[in-house]
Amino acid sequence: MTLRDTIYRLLGLQPASATTARERLQLVLAHDRSDLNPELLEQMRREILEVVSRYVEIDLDEVDVSLETEDRVTALVANLPIRRAKAVAQPGVKATISLGVKGAGLAAGNAPSSPEPELAGIAEGTSDGATAAEAEQPAAQAIQPEPAAETASLEGSESLS
Amino acid sequence: MTPHRTRNILICSGKGGVGKTTLTANLGIALARQGVRTAVLDADFGLRNLDLLLGLENRIVFTAQEVLAGSCRLEQALVKHKQEPNLALLPAGNPRMLEWLKPEDMQAIVGMLAPSFDVVLIDCPAGIEDGFKNAVSAAQEAIVITTPEVSAVRDADRVIGLLNIHGIKPIQLVLNRVRPKMMANQEMLSVNDVTDILALPLLGLVVEDEQVIVSTNRGEPLTLSGSGSPAAQAYSNVARRLRGEDVPLPDPAKMGRGLRAKLRGLIKTKIFRQQ
Repeated sequence: MTLRDTIYRLLGLQPASATTARERLQLVLAHDRSDLNPELLEQMRREILEVVSRYVEIDLDEVDVSLETEDRVTALVANLPIRRAKAVAQPGVKATISLGVKGAGLAAGNAPSSPEPELAGIAEGTSDGATAAEAEQPAAQAIQPEPAAETASLEGSESLS
Repeated sequence: MTPHRTRNILICSGKGGVGKTTLTANLGIALARQGVRTAVLDADFGLRNLDLLLGLENRIVFTAQEVLAGSCRLEQALVKHKQEPNLALLPAGNPRMLEWLKPEDMQAIVGMLAPSFDVVLIDCPAGIEDGFKNAVSAAQEAIVITTPEVSAVRDADRVIGLLNIHGIKPIQLVLNRVRPKMMANQEMLSVNDVTDILALPLLGLVVEDEQVIVSTNRGEPLTLSGSGSPAAQAYSNVARRLRGEDVPLPDPAKMGRGLRAKLRGLIKTKIFRQQ
């Protein structure tokens, strides 16, 4: 480590390289393990946004859809800040969608602790779910495909279309 | 050791050059010294090196190839280690064997070794192609070795996924080339980082040790001399843990580098409180 690096680190301008290594690894392994290529992920992201946008207005600049991994379980985590519901104004509500991609036992749909919305769980995340969710609440939606091994992640993304 | 159930243990890493063969050689010697009848099987037919690290390269007459072809008996191909008669090497054959070798062949070899050995260590080739698949098919359990570097950890992760698919169990981790000082400075992935990411139980921690290079130069694995070098101790402890002994894992934060470094550290810490 050079003197410059040391000074930068002490000033908090630069994280320790071990931290960078860990973050980069976690990201790359999440992709390796799920077998999802960037194009597929991008397509899935668009389709998720499309579905969610039918119910609520999303802050498109703040949208974050990424794969995260812990304990050899990879999760698709979508953070979609909601500007307002299509019917009623609900500023500042955030919806979090978690998809269990690989392995079992991953909790889905950690809705942040906002009091108003009830959880409207859309079973398979298809557009058929629209009827179920006609109650016009802006909702954090939990979509969870059958937890299964690698191929299920692809099927899961397809069924969203 | 339970009476006669041979443990076939695959030693693999995915990435090359992280210390598979060094671990196989040292673990083989350490187990033999602890009274375990051990065979080391070089499954790296393309780039064999286990013979060299064990210092047995000049004593090879027959290889796994002749054994499989039936042109010699298993006992003729096995090279017994002179100082550690509990250890025998079954050398890899000609690289051209790769063209026809199948998982059944590896299983046949391991099956032949079973009556005379308690443990068979299979030194796996790097990569995840046919050589790896052949080697995996002959094993029931595995030791994955990696270093605290992103590329090695990523490849290890890939291999662990494949081992899971093959139903290998247990899979345990050896973390090699640990540099305690860099870890303390957070300039190297920590032990917890690696075990968390790979989600495997840790079987051993081996610090970076120059003596490893010296020992490979000589063809005398570190565990052979009973040397007190940090890596030699780490390998012996891996062997003991593998046999079910409860040996506590060292804390990298407290690892010195040799006795002299420790003494120097001791003298310094009294006055300055480290560095």
